[in-house]
Amino acid sequence: MSVTVFNWTVALPEIVLALSGIVILVAGVLQRKGEGFFPAAILSLAAFLVCGFLVVLSPSGAGYAGTFVNDGFARFMKVLILAGGFVAVALSVSYRTADRRPLPFETPVLMLFSTLGAMLMASSANLMTLFVGLELSSLSIYILCALERDNVLSSEAGMKYFILGSLASGLLLYGISLVYGYAGTMEYAGLVDAVRAAAMPPMGLVVGIVFIVVGLCFKLSAVPFHMWTPDVYQGAPTPVTAYMAGAPKFAAFALFLRVMAGPFGSVAPRWQILVEAVSILSMVYGAFAAIPQTNIKRLMAYSSIGHMGYAMMGLAAASTAGTQATLIYLAAYFVMNAGVFAGITAMRRNGREVNSIADLAGLGRSDPAMALALAVFMFSMVGAPPLAGFFGKFMVFAAAWQSGLYVLVCIGALSSIVGAYYYLRVVKVMYFDAPAHALDRPAPSLLFVSGGMGVATVVFAVVLGPIMSVAHQAALALAG
Amino acid sequence: MNTAIASVGLGPYLFVSAALLVLGVFGIFLNRKNIIVLLMSMELILLSANLNLVAFSSAHGDLSGQVMVLFVLTIAAAEAAIGLAIVTVYFRNRGSIQVEDVTMMKG
Repeated sequence: MSVTVFNWTVALPEIVLALSGIVILVAGVLQRKGEGFFPAAILSLAAFLVCGFLVVLSPSGAGYAGTFVNDGFARFMKVLILAGGFVAVALSVSYRTADRRPLPFETPVLMLFSTLGAMLMASSANLMTLFVGLELSSLSIYILCALERDNVLSSEAGMKYFILGSLASGLLLYGISLVYGYAGTMEYAGLVDAVRAAAMPPMGLVVGIVFIVVGLCFKLSAVPFHMWTPDVYQGAPTPVTAYMAGAPKFAAFALFLRVMAGPFGSVAPRWQILVEAVSILSMVYGAFAAIPQTNIKRLMAYSSIGHMGYAMMGLAAASTAGTQATLIYLAAYFVMNAGVFAGITAMRRNGREVNSIADLAGLGRSDPAMALALAVFMFSMVGAPPLAGFFGKFMVFAAAWQSGLYVLVCIGALSSIVGAYYYLRVVKVMYFDAPAHALDRPAPSLLFVSGGMGVATVVFAVVLGPIMSVAHQAALALAG
Repeated sequence: MNTAIASVGLGPYLFVSAALLVLGVFGIFLNRKNIIVLLMSMELILLSANLNLVAFSSAHGDLSGQVMVLFVLTIAAAEAAIGLAIVTVYFRNRGSIQVEDVTMMKG
């Protein structure tokens, strides 16, 4: 294999991340028991930062004999994914389990490896890279969910996610095998030709595509493959929940966009209706099922199901504008979601974690800054202008409208009105309900994350221009 | 085309692998007893995909399917190890690995 085919510089960020993960793991094992967490977390944060710079500077091009590709789209997604990993590790720094110990030092390392898998997914140019990246990311998350070993809820969450997650991976793999069989190649470039060449794609290929879509919908927790989400979100340690609501979702979207807009772009009318149905179901289910929830982590699970539905509207539009809208939606979702999870991680009373929405009562008086930040995130989730969520929703609605998906837009608008009820209920509890016992003072790292994300949510309108142009470049790179 | 595949055609291979897939999926959804059986069903699903990949690879005379199988086997081993680890942790907390007992949280 010649050097030009190998072209390892396009994968430099991934290589650096993998090596630093191994180094941190070894360093953590050599530490004395129970003291390894803090240095491991700091080193992981540094590794994420370095990788972020490397991603921004990384050259475009294909590498590893066409199994790996780096372009504007991959860079956009990788920055989002790395930011998601960074925030989750930052949230885990001050986290204490039920017996008031920090999480094991493997937590940041596993998040780092999972982020690495997610980055590989964003750069995949071959079904093999897709599957290996997906599994690297998922296997790490199975462990992360069950990491609080003495907590029965955590191990049950790990169990549920493991069983349903590996079922979805198995179905995805079966889909890959069918696509490979009927197209004769695993490379996206070859798949494009195979799909275009046939006037009517062979049945096996269509079945394979459906299996792949099902597997990816599961990772996105889109309805009807959402059943694991509330339980796993509730049971997993809060920083892990924050991680799951971020990076893996961006990676699954990166794959979805890459596979659907790339190899299967020419048969868009055949899968558009499928994506549209999943999008409608997710938005409506996310809005209505969240109403009776009393646990805020479960509430956020339903909220993320709904948000995935909105982000899929851009995919259903099957246009460059749609891809761009989805990217902007994901960026807006990242800032507000990370902020809410910083708030949830800060919910402690006498050192014990509390997760009920009623525990937030009176936060407006006892901790005005945190209450204000949470209120900003909730209004942004509703889609109130001029916050980040508004621009995200506006873009996907506009893109879907341009593609003539009027029913989809109407249902989306209605379900976001229903969603407003449960987001604003949190605000009402914080400011107008009879105060409960005051919560503990949040740790500095949580203030840092929620403050930073709060500012990002508010000033999103100011930086919208540059984000839009970067997202536009990314969407163009994807369309080729 | 390889001689073994040429003599019987691709059909039987695809049929067996589809049967394995169905067995695996039903094993997961109909099984109400033991979680270990779920792990076995998952292996069946992965093996059905492997069989497909090898058969197609041989029929196309293209090696990438067989390379993929090597990756999948490695990943399946890691997955089984992680699954058993989670089952062990769960058993320690709950004292049971019956499927009907995995209901502390209602979804």
